[in-house]
Amino acid sequence: MSEKKLNLTLKVWRQKNAKEAGNFITYKVTDISTDMSFLEMFDVLNEQLINKGEEPIAFDHDCREGICGMCSMYINGRAHGPAQGTTTCQLHMRKFKDGDTITVEPWRASSFPVIKDLVVDRSAFDHIISAGGFVSVNTGNAQDANNLPVPKNDADNAFAAAACIGCGACVAACKNSSAMLFVSAKVSQLALLPQGQIERETRVLNMVKTMDDEGFGSCTNTGACEAECPKEISVENIARLNREYLMANLK
Amino acid sequence: MTKLNSKIPAGELETKWTKYKSTVPLVNPANKRSIEIIVVGSGLAGASAAASLAELGYKVKCYCFQDSPRRAHSIAAQGGINAAKNYQNDGDSVYRLFYDTVKGGDYRAREGNVYRLAEVSANIIDQCVAQGVPFAREYGGYLSNRSFGGTQVQRTFYAAGQTGQQLLLGAYSALERQVGIGTVTMYSRHEMLDIVLIDGKARGIIARDLVTGKLERHFGHAVLLCTGGYGNVFYLSTNAMGSNVTAAWKAHRKGAFFGNPCFTQIHPTCIPVSGDHQSKLTLMSESLRNDGRIWVPKKKDDNRKPVDIPEEERDYYLERRYPAFGNLVPRDVASRAAKERCDAGYGVGTSKMAVYLDFTFNTMRYGRIEANKLGIQNPSEAEIKKLGKEVVKEKYGNLFEMYEKITGENPYETPMRIYPAVHYTMGGLWVDYELMTTVPGLYALGEANFSDHGANRLGASALMQGLADGYFVIPYTIGAYLSGDIRTKSIPTDHPAFVDAEKKVQEQLDKLMNIKGMKSVDHFHKKLGKIMWDKCGMGRNEKGLTEAISEIRALREEFWKDVRIPGTQNEMNLELEKAGRVADFIELGELMCMDALNRKESCGGHFREESQTEEGEAKRDDDKFSYVSAWEYKGIGSFEMHKEELVFDVVHPSQRSYK
Repeated sequence: MSEKKLNLTLKVWRQKNAKEAGNFITYKVTDISTDMSFLEMFDVLNEQLINKGEEPIAFDHDCREGICGMCSMYINGRAHGPAQGTTTCQLHMRKFKDGDTITVEPWRASSFPVIKDLVVDRSAFDHIISAGGFVSVNTGNAQDANNLPVPKNDADNAFAAAACIGCGACVAACKNSSAMLFVSAKVSQLALLPQGQIERETRVLNMVKTMDDEGFGSCTNTGACEAECPKEISVENIARLNREYLMANLK
Repeated sequence: MTKLNSKIPAGELETKWTKYKSTVPLVNPANKRSIEIIVVGSGLAGASAAASLAELGYKVKCYCFQDSPRRAHSIAAQGGINAAKNYQNDGDSVYRLFYDTVKGGDYRAREGNVYRLAEVSANIIDQCVAQGVPFAREYGGYLSNRSFGGTQVQRTFYAAGQTGQQLLLGAYSALERQVGIGTVTMYSRHEMLDIVLIDGKARGIIARDLVTGKLERHFGHAVLLCTGGYGNVFYLSTNAMGSNVTAAWKAHRKGAFFGNPCFTQIHPTCIPVSGDHQSKLTLMSESLRNDGRIWVPKKKDDNRKPVDIPEEERDYYLERRYPAFGNLVPRDVASRAAKERCDAGYGVGTSKMAVYLDFTFNTMRYGRIEANKLGIQNPSEAEIKKLGKEVVKEKYGNLFEMYEKITGENPYETPMRIYPAVHYTMGGLWVDYELMTTVPGLYALGEANFSDHGANRLGASALMQGLADGYFVIPYTIGAYLSGDIRTKSIPTDHPAFVDAEKKVQEQLDKLMNIKGMKSVDHFHKKLGKIMWDKCGMGRNEKGLTEAISEIRALREEFWKDVRIPGTQNEMNLELEKAGRVADFIELGELMCMDALNRKESCGGHFREESQTEEGEAKRDDDKFSYVSAWEYKGIGSFEMHKEELVFDVVHPSQRSYK
């Protein structure tokens, strides 16, 4: 892959803290290699700012290999930017053209308040998991792992749902800031496996209740969440969640 | 030398742990409720320990610097987790896993610890499956296994190339369950900046709230550090950007000895560096070596496309040098072999610092098997390739996608380019059999300790150790200490020791903020990384290490004079966070070089160029170096080494051979 250099204009959301109002600030970056990741381009910009004595832009990131779910930029109106099935850290500059103007915002959702610049608070997701996203098995309780065969198809589907990285792109992409894709992924994973059966009903009821309490919006089946999910979690999980929820309420 | 007591229980190797568990003092349930435990870190070791201890009834406080415990870097482990289940009927056993691990570690680990690890490995798989971890399965519904480097049995359990993610999310769900119940209090976006000692015992921590910048005091009857490894001392590594040594280093400065700091693992299969902008390196799971063949051209500076280089002009150098293990030799051996070829001028790609990892052969092999299964007579090459690609995709799909995203090349069509990169640190805080450091009440679990992997870790064993420590070791061993502590009431955090510790942390932060120098934190981190990689990396020698030590000392001086941290303390300040971590990395780097200089033998990942066989293989010196070096902090740049002699009752150290 031949490397090229780009000159870009960036419009980045700057916000001092949760209380103060934010605004867009325009920056120029030059000589950006197409082999860089989007976050490496931000590293270059931040180095420039530091050298000028300005405050660098705060953004969340950690593993930089698309699995921890910490990076969270809203790039040109899309969660994690233009590439399909890709987190911001795995988005590379070869997806952009010389002279492009790129707008970068934090996730926008009332349940994810901005902490600083592009950093938001996603602890609502942890609260949802602590309400029921688990199997209640204490350490030491387990039987031999092969005592309970699981059909490969179920295991594969559970894995596909469990691949969710909890980044919150689904919420950011949804016009109602709904967390249904996130919640449905965990509900599906455990509903598909025999280990999850005993708490199947309480799980879905408690997780949905917490989701509502945290202020996430309703799902209107537009599918924006699936389209923007970096792990391409399917909206079929939302259908399963609705079914699980209905069945649990009928009991 | 009398200071170190490994507390390995007496008796036969096979009965040590069983006997220990049956006789270790217990804490009764009523007392557990009034005992508080601090767990720093929320990866596999931290999350599993926090959850398991809370299940037992202890009051647990857990800390992570990320926005959620689910982000911990254990999540990025790809390939799998070993367990001596022998589900494949291929002759595996606890003893074999133990033996492979001791041998793989080049005879620099404790027999007692490693045997226990192998023993509990099977329980880990049971526990994870019960939590709903979706491991890969066969059509019959039973768990699937694959093989990994350094072994001849299939004992690795996996979930595509996302095993770490699935195991961590399992441990995270167990942790969040306890958070929901109220037995664990979770402190996300908090960083531990010091240990508080009272009467010589660890009794709490000073943590900084990374959102408000405020310092906080937290009491615990015991403190567990589950804070991972220190690979980022090299700047470029496969670790997450935030992975750091700070918690372990603060503990070291408060009296915890640092074990084998120079033992770092350079992983053979990573995506090569593409330029100066590079912020981190990405691993391509070692499991790829099951189905990928590693080669370079036989001709120097061969600029043809890899597909245009005919079979007979390729050098499958691992298969050539190590016919018994071939592409599945341990990581240290594979890494050095790649370096040797590139240094000799046979490297590929624009930087010439890469080798090929080629899936063509096995894609076609799988394709023919699939064609047979489907009953296709005389399939065409194209048909075979298509069927084979499907198989490869199912096994490694996410890794291939990741490779393509980063490099822009399609590995189904052209071989991957790979090169070794820093991946894991076997060294860490010295701990005894109970996982306690040399500071009473202070424990280290998972990669943060030095204990089980000797001088080199086998693939798929990091996840095993992290979860073994957290789920199955610490819940027992901590009783030995806490049973003597049941009368200790919670100590209020206005105790002078807390006040003093907080004051010192505050002074350090003030000092950093007031330097107001000219150079960014990253500037210093990159410089440190280059010194470490060049002189304390895959090959080490006396001259280089001596130079490195003086260069690091100079860098430390410069850092404390010229680092620039914008912003203020009392707010989220990512540069301040990084600066504190880099300051600690600089001190650690010096110790690593001192340790590497002291260890004049080659062993595992530590290759002293002065100590090699005629064929260029690592040469151990058991007479002089069959010990753990445990370093005591004596002030900045000053360390005293203590030795823990290693005793091998069962396995007899021999020169490792994978030929």
